[in-house]
Amino acid sequence: MFTLALHAARKTPADIIAENFSLLALALLSFGAVIFLFFLLASRTSVKTQEWLKYLVFLVPSILLLVVGLIYPAIRTLILAFMDKEAETFVGFDNFVWAFTIPEITVVLANTAIWVVTAPILSTVIGLAIAYMTDRMKRPAAIKSLIFMPMAISFVGAGIIWKFVYNYQPNDNKPDIGLLSAIFKGLGLTPPNWLLEAPLNSFLLIVVMIWIQTGFAMVVLSAALKNIPDEVVEAAMLDGAAPWKRFYLVSVPMIRATIVVVLTTITIGTLKVFDIVRTMTGGNFQTNVIANEMYSQAFRQMNFGRGSALAIILFVAIIPIIIYNIRQLRLERTER
Amino acid sequence: MTSLINKSLVKSKAKNVFSSPWAALGAWIIAILWTIPTFGLLVTSIRPEKDINNSGWWTFFVNPNISFENYQQVLFEGSTTNPPLYQFFFNSLAVTLPAVIFPITLAVFAAYALAWFEFKGRDFIFFSIFALQVIPLQLTLIPLLQLFAKGLVIGDVTIIPDFNITGTYIPIWIAHTIFGLPMAIFLLHNFLRQIPRELIEAARVDGAGWFTLFSKIVLPLSVPAIASFAIFQFLWVWNDLLVGLTFGGGAKEVAPMTIRLAEMVGTRGSGWELLTAGAFVSIVVPLIVFFSLQRYFVRGLLAGSVKG
Repeated sequence: MFTLALHAARKTPADIIAENFSLLALALLSFGAVIFLFFLLASRTSVKTQEWLKYLVFLVPSILLLVVGLIYPAIRTLILAFMDKEAETFVGFDNFVWAFTIPEITVVLANTAIWVVTAPILSTVIGLAIAYMTDRMKRPAAIKSLIFMPMAISFVGAGIIWKFVYNYQPNDNKPDIGLLSAIFKGLGLTPPNWLLEAPLNSFLLIVVMIWIQTGFAMVVLSAALKNIPDEVVEAAMLDGAAPWKRFYLVSVPMIRATIVVVLTTITIGTLKVFDIVRTMTGGNFQTNVIANEMYSQAFRQMNFGRGSALAIILFVAIIPIIIYNIRQLRLERTER
Repeated sequence: MTSLINKSLVKSKAKNVFSSPWAALGAWIIAILWTIPTFGLLVTSIRPEKDINNSGWWTFFVNPNISFENYQQVLFEGSTTNPPLYQFFFNSLAVTLPAVIFPITLAVFAAYALAWFEFKGRDFIFFSIFALQVIPLQLTLIPLLQLFAKGLVIGDVTIIPDFNITGTYIPIWIAHTIFGLPMAIFLLHNFLRQIPRELIEAARVDGAGWFTLFSKIVLPLSVPAIASFAIFQFLWVWNDLLVGLTFGGGAKEVAPMTIRLAEMVGTRGSGWELLTAGAFVSIVVPLIVFFSLQRYFVRGLLAGSVKG
């Protein structure tokens, strides 16, 4: 009887879904109704009223949201980075000194640097190779779709997919269920405990990022390759340039600006990588990266000062990439 | 970059003169390598638990035992502490729909204003929004969370009151809306600028107000751009973990599937029968969207995609 009562008091999943979807319907309907009413009323006002009303309806909501939701929090984080755990007293550069001197955190920064150097370059190189290889193919759609597909998969899903590939069987008498271990044994090698051994494990996590980002690089670079005028390619062919030479003497220089955009986009994404590390190792075994540590400091340790300092470090690392990107774009424009 | 896409679509096939079978072979090998991990997950998810733990998934082809028990279990059987996955599936839907609709609506409005209203400071606002794209989420998480939890009080003046919305979907929706806005406004603005000036002016001369102009001309014309961004934002929100974790307040009633899956990996690292089935449930929706609307997705991607 008691368990029954307890059971009745607890909401079933179906109840929760029903509740959530009522809220959802309410939110969508009221959002739609507000906008519809605004439009109905606004379109009946005089031309003169519309001259100022149009700003209020079209522009002000977005600007307000961006100011309150992005600009104000960014400034506030900058202040918090110089305050203590509870954001009460000013502590100067203590949080930054902490980040750059405590060994656990310097490892995090070093790992992030490894990610940033390897993942964007490898994704771009592989993506470019596939783009070039498929450039002259008659039906590249299937190949491209397969390589592009991981872009649609969440980092969490990708983490599970690859954790399974890296599965390690400690018991010698049981067969391997991880693909990588099985391949190793098939080659007569002893597989290591993949995700526990540093620095190997960090590289295995980076593989997941490359797996996801290569498709992006491929799609963008492939569009750029297609954009090279036929005459240029034909001229190079008439000059008798070998395919490989044509690639790095003609194609690559012509799409340099796009390569830079791809590289920087992936770099920024890599700097912020969080889900892969969190899902696959939880940041343990020396695989932690800055975005994951920022989350742990801010929302597990509840140390707002340190969390903010890490966020600032992350942002500062992004700034030069953006400046470089803008410069390249300008350069390209003046060349034309 | 928009012109780049159009050209590549119209592009002749003149370059087909040279097509190396080796290049094609190489590309196919990479494509297959790229697909094996996902394929392994799918195969594993339909094998009985006993098979999964005692043999590699590749042995499925010599010893094919199919079972949907894993799906049954992970989707419908909860535990005392955790509801079944289907609840999280619906949570993901409930998170995603408004988190796609809200930013798109607001962004079309703002893009329209920035593209066609003449006013001082327009360029400044546009470039500021463009620049905001690079702000990493991490830079805003703590203050934004405090805003939702406590409102905004400066001195004694309450600027934003505490609405008591922690643990509901509302903070997640708002957060996704805010984070999606800069890119959405930027993309849609570039698109709306391309509407011929004569078209807008002709409508204005005919006496159409700014609101009628928007709903009768601008909105219908911007449907393709909206579709591109919608897919982008959909994939982004559906696949997100960080925003859900931070703004969901840890409540299981609102947590999207990614949170539950990440938790499952952590607590039962070896329960592959449930993990593979669960992971497949979560990736099947974006995969369907992706394969059916790939063209729009690529278009959005090529239109410039640096997201915060």
